Amino acid sequence: MYVAVKGGERAIDNAHAWLAEERRGDTAVAELSVAQIREQLKLAVNRVMAEGSLYDADLAALAIKQSRGDLIEAIFLIRAYRTTLPRFGASVPVATDDMACDRRVSATFKDAPGGQVLGPTFDYTHRLLDFKLAAEGKAPQAPEARAETASTPHIMSFLDREGLVQQEDASDATPPDLTREPLELPADRALRLQSLTRGDEGFVLGMAYSTQRGYARNHAFVAELRIGTVPVEMEIPELGFAIEIGDIEVTECETVNQFKGSKTEPPQFTRGYGLVFGMSERKAISMALVDRALRWKELGEDNVGAPAQDEEFVLYHADNIQATGFLEHIKLPHYVDFQSELELIRKLRREAMPTQEAAE
Amino acid sequence: MQTQTLEGGFSNAPVQSARAFREIMTAMARPGVITALDGARGPAPLSQAASVLILTLCDPETPIYLAPSVDVPAVRAWVTFHTGAPFVAPDRAQFAVGTWPELTAHDFPIGTPEFPDRSATLIVESGPLAASGAVLKGPGIKTASALSLPETAAFQRNAARFPLGLDYFFTHKDQLAALPRTTQVTTCM
Amino acid sequence: MTEYNFAYLDEQTKRMIRRAILKGLAIPGYQVPFASREMPMPYGWGTGGVQVSAAVLIPDDTFKVIDQGADDTTNAVSIRRFFEKTAGVAVTEATRQATVIQTRHRIPEEALTENQILVYQVPIPEPLRFLEPSEVETRKMHSLEEYGLMHVKLYEDISKHGAIATAYAYPVKVEGRYVMDPSPIPKFDNPKLEMAAIQIFGAGREQRIYALPPYTQVVSLDFDDYPFEASKADHACDVCGAEDSYLDELIVDDKGGRLFMCSDTDFCSSRRREGHVGAQGIPYGEDAA
Repeated sequence: MYVAVKGGERAIDNAHAWLAEERRGDTAVAELSVAQIREQLKLAVNRVMAEGSLYDADLAALAIKQSRGDLIEAIFLIRAYRTTLPRFGASVPVATDDMACDRRVSATFKDAPGGQVLGPTFDYTHRLLDFKLAAEGKAPQAPEARAETASTPHIMSFLDREGLVQQEDASDATPPDLTREPLELPADRALRLQSLTRGDEGFVLGMAYSTQRGYARNHAFVAELRIGTVPVEMEIPELGFAIEIGDIEVTECETVNQFKGSKTEPPQFTRGYGLVFGMSERKAISMALVDRALRWKELGEDNVGAPAQDEEFVLYHADNIQATGFLEHIKLPHYVDFQSELELIRKLRREAMPTQEAAE
Repeated sequence: MQTQTLEGGFSNAPVQSARAFREIMTAMARPGVITALDGARGPAPLSQAASVLILTLCDPETPIYLAPSVDVPAVRAWVTFHTGAPFVAPDRAQFAVGTWPELTAHDFPIGTPEFPDRSATLIVESGPLAASGAVLKGPGIKTASALSLPETAAFQRNAARFPLGLDYFFTHKDQLAALPRTTQVTTCM
Repeated sequence: MTEYNFAYLDEQTKRMIRRAILKGLAIPGYQVPFASREMPMPYGWGTGGVQVSAAVLIPDDTFKVIDQGADDTTNAVSIRRFFEKTAGVAVTEATRQATVIQTRHRIPEEALTENQILVYQVPIPEPLRFLEPSEVETRKMHSLEEYGLMHVKLYEDISKHGAIATAYAYPVKVEGRYVMDPSPIPKFDNPKLEMAAIQIFGAGREQRIYALPPYTQVVSLDFDDYPFEASKADHACDVCGAEDSYLDELIVDDKGGRLFMCSDTDFCSSRRREGHVGAQGIPYGEDAA
C-alpha cells in the first residue's frame, strides 16, 4: 500500500533553520561583523558591488555574510534588492581624469606625467602563505608620502595627441539600460560595456584569456591601469547645475591594440576599455580585452568565429545570476519530463528490438 | 495647478490598477465582452473607461497621441501629472485616444515583421457599447460574439495584415470592449 | 525598507509587464520581449511566471501553484508562500477553486473554465532555439514564417527512430501562424492547450512573454503519415485508479519495484475523496498516519 510523501512546507522551514545555524558556525568563535567584512574582505566586497551593480560596501558586506561567503549568492542578494530601489535620476558621467589614484601603472611607457604608482597590489608579493597572519592583533603601517594634487593625465591622451590612436566619437546620447530594457541585438558599445562590467569575473576573464591565446588575438598592451576615487555628480534641475553627491572607487583599464589600417585609413592603434566598481583590476583588464574583441565589425576586421567576437554569445552568457539560476534549476523536479522521455525510450526500444532480433 | 489635474487618479494605485488590468485583459482576451472600469476619472471629455485605461497602461515609456476632441489643456495636464506619458504625433504613438473618425484618419505604427508588438493600441471613445452589430470570430471567442463597431471594413483590413496591425479598445462612460488584430469581423447577416 | 508593494513588483514594472501581456494576447504565440526584473528567487525557478502572476493578481484571487502537477513540491510551496505574503491572496490546492494557477511542466487534468487564468513558467521560450542558437536568426525565422528547420528535425527523428522523438515541450502552431513552445509540459498535455481559460507564458531569464487567448487554435506539429499522439504510461493510477491521467513513476523498493500515480495531486485526491481506489491505494480517510 502506498501513502504519498508530503511535507514540502516543513522541509523548507527546517532547511532554512539549519542554514541559519550553519551560517553562524561554531558559537565558541566570535561572530563576524559586517564592518569586519567590509574592511578586511574588501576585494570580495568590491566584486559583489561590481557584479551586483550597486555601489554600497555595507550592503555588499551584509550580503557576503548572509551568503556565507558564496559571492555569486551575495551578488544575487544585491541584485534582487537593487531592482526594488526607486530611481531618482542619472549622474553625469564620471571624469576619470580627475581620479585620485591609489594605483596607476602603464605597460607602454616607462614614465609619464603622474608616474608609475604601484599602490596596494599583490603584484611582486611572493605567494607564500604568511603564517604570521594566523596570529591576530597586528595593524601594519605603510610609509606615507604627500598625495599628488595635480590631476593625472591619461596615458592614451599622449598617443591621441599624435593621432596614433583611433578616435572615439563623443556622444551625449543616453546609453541604453540593460536593467530596464530587454537585451536587443545588435548591441551598441555602451550596452556591451554595461553587460561586461556587471558580467561574471570568471567568464570575462576566460573570454579575455581566449583572445590572448589566439581566438581573435588583438595584441593588447595595458596603456594604463588606474585605481582610485572619483567624484559622482548629479544635475539638479531645480538648481540648474551639478552637485557632488559622493565618491566612488573604480578601476579603469585602457588597452592599446594593434590595427593594420584599411584602404581608407592609415595604420592606427585601437583601444579596449574596462571600468569596474572598486578595486577590481583583473576584471577591468579582462573587460578591456573582450571589449576590443567585440569591436571587430566597427573596425573592419574579419570575424574569425572566435567566441569573444560573438556578441550574442558573450552578452547572453556573461551574467552569472542568469547562468547560475538556470544551471541550478535542473536540480528542481523534472519528474514529468523525465517520465515522458522514459515512455518514449521504452516505446522506441520495444519497436526497435523485434527488428534487431529478426536481423540477427 | 488646477485641482482638476491632481484629482481623478487612483486612490490606491497598486490594487485599483490591478483590478482594472484584469478587466482590460479580459476584454482583450475575449473580444466582444463588454466590461466596466472604475477607480479613476479624468477631466471631460475623457470617459471614465479611457481614463482608467490610460492610468493603468501609460507611463513615461509610452508615447501617446491625443486626437483633437480630447486634446484639451485639462486632459493634457491630467495625463502628464498622473502618467508622465509624452505626447506625440500619430506615427510615433504607442497609445492613441480619440473618436473613430479622428483616429481612422491617421496611420499608426503597426509593428515590424520581427517585432509585431511594436504597434499602437487605439482607445476609441464611442457611443454606448452593445453586444450587437458586427459579428466577431477568432482567438478568445468560442463560436462567435457580437459588438457594436463603428464599421467593419477597417477592421477587416487590419486583420488581413496579421501579425502586424493595431489593437483597439472601445470606451463609453465606464464601458470597455476590445478588438485585437486577430479578430475576424463580418457584418451581421 | 521593510514594506514591499502589492504583489512585490513596483507599479511601473507591472505596467510594462501588463502591456506585454496585452500584446501577447493580441498576437497569440508571438514572444513579446519584456524587461524582466531580477526577482528574489533564482532565474530558472519561475521568475517569468512569478512576474506574470504579480502583474495579473488581484486581492480577491484564489491562487494555486503546481510544479510537476503537484501542489506540495518545494518550489510550488515557495512560490505560493511568496504571493501569500506579498499579495495577501487566498491560496488553494483545489483546481476548481483557483482563479489564477501558476504551473511548471503540467496542465491540470480537470478542464479549466472561462474564469481562470493559467500562468506557465517557461525556461526556453524559443521553440527553434535547439535548432538555431542565435536569437537574431530565430527572430528572423519567425518573421518570415520559415519553419522548415523544425519539420526537418521532426522528420529526421522519424527516419532515425521511426517516431518523433520529442516527448515534452512538443512544438505547436498557433492559429496557423506562430510556432510556439508550450513550455516543458509532456506532449500528453498538448491537446489541452485549446481551452476556455486565458493562458500566459512567462520566461524571466529569456525576457519573453507570450499568450493564448481562450479557444485559440493550437495544433501540435506532425505529419499526415505520423500523426501527433498524446501518450502516457500504459497504466492506471495505482492510488486512485484513474486511467486517463498523466502518471508519475515511483520506485518503491530496493528491487526496483514500480508504482504509478497521478502527477496531478489535486486530481488524484479528489478522486479518492469520491471513493475511487487504485490497485495499491488505500481508501480515502484510512491513510492518516
